[in-house]
Amino acid sequence: MNSIIELSPFDLSLAALLVVALAWVSRKLQLKIGGRLLLSAVRTVIQLSLIGFVLKALFESTEAGWVALMALVMILAAGREVRARQKHRLRGPWSFGIGLSAMFISSFAVTVLALAVMIHAEPWYAPRYAIPLLGMLLGNTMNGVSLAVNQLTQNVRSQRAVIETRLALGQTKSEAIDDIRRESIRTGLIPIINAMAAAGLVSLPGMMTGQILAGNLPADAAKYQILIMFLIAGGTGFGMLVAVWMTSHRLFDDRDRLRLERLTISD
Amino acid sequence: MGRLITEGLRTICGGPFSFSVEHGECVAISGPSGCGKTLLLRALADLDPAEGRVRLNGEDRAEMPAPLWRRRVGWLPAESAWWFDRVGDHFLKSQRSKVEGRRSGEQKLPMLGDVASTLGKLGFGEDVLEWRVERLSTGEKQRLALFRLLLNEPEVLLLDEPTAALDRTHIHLAEEVIASYLKTTAASVLWVSHDPDQIARVADRHLQLWEGA
Repeated sequence: MNSIIELSPFDLSLAALLVVALAWVSRKLQLKIGGRLLLSAVRTVIQLSLIGFVLKALFESTEAGWVALMALVMILAAGREVRARQKHRLRGPWSFGIGLSAMFISSFAVTVLALAVMIHAEPWYAPRYAIPLLGMLLGNTMNGVSLAVNQLTQNVRSQRAVIETRLALGQTKSEAIDDIRRESIRTGLIPIINAMAAAGLVSLPGMMTGQILAGNLPADAAKYQILIMFLIAGGTGFGMLVAVWMTSHRLFDDRDRLRLERLTISD
Repeated sequence: MGRLITEGLRTICGGPFSFSVEHGECVAISGPSGCGKTLLLRALADLDPAEGRVRLNGEDRAEMPAPLWRRRVGWLPAESAWWFDRVGDHFLKSQRSKVEGRRSGEQKLPMLGDVASTLGKLGFGEDVLEWRVERLSTGEKQRLALFRLLLNEPEVLLLDEPTAALDRTHIHLAEEVIASYLKTTAASVLWVSHDPDQIARVADRHLQLWEGA
């Protein structure tokens, strides 16, 4: 196996210049996003450098407890991220709780299934497989889940009159919100459907690229990528169903009344 | 015993309201804008949380599933909402079977009479069921929303300015349809209106709201 060409700090600084240039242009254009752009660029550097050390230590120990702790931190962060991406979120612990449950189903459960049934790693929680797999699922299913829930709450707000008219005519909460719910789930599924349709033709997905750069055979890398795509599709779909279902129920009370005041106004 | 009885009903911005409406009675509600007329109707339809008791024919609404209550105590909002492309798709399944039953000539609405004649009384031909919602005017939407509500055969009608968007001819048509519905079904009506002449024409009794009292 030929080893990968090492990147020097100088190479990375050249790439960083791109981000700095973009921040400068966005300041000139008064996009008011330059600050956030630089901040998240800095976060990328710090977080990824640190995780490099963490993973190195983790791979050497293969202690189940450490793997579980790492997975827990990742899932909590993902739940928080789903919540942060909502324009109008449920008040109280609901929005975080729903995001967390959805990510648990979409990523944790699916990762365990893949490790135990498909990959047959030894032991099944071997961190070299478990952590990257979990991270990839979290990162990708998070998009679909937050997109779907965001679509749901926005549509419920804008179609309040429709929902209440349907309720007033004697429909149950499920009947009154069914169309909106279906639409949100379709919206959330579009990114992964597009990704699967374009894979290999337009885009070479990150994991496959990484494996090829690391010197693996493209055919083997492709097999892993196919597995990942299917896991993401399944995880996104089921996680989203749960999140949309839970959120839509929380928007009504036990008398089938629409309770929009349970959503925050806006950020 | 009154048909619709409220005791100590508190809406988000007013109350307590205690009153009763009898069988076949039409009670007008008026008052300055923003004094809670709409909120009162919404609370009666159980669309907003409210304190107090509301009973229909002696049955407490808390004992009844909310969708059933809303079918029996039907609310007509001031602005009607439509969500499908075709007008006819907006009638619930139970209603649609009635509408389509009429086509095959079997079923008639027991209380409302013939669907086609009710549509006719509101100034529509039968083909309105095939119309697209986007071509309806505000007034047409309001009359069709009334028709949609009556198809449910509610025992109480909560009407929020049901003729506000209508011209004089259609105001009278709508008033007649509501009056004949009351006569045949002995339903009770709460009618929010700003027009003193209309109140004099349709109402048996008149409630005035001041600042939610």
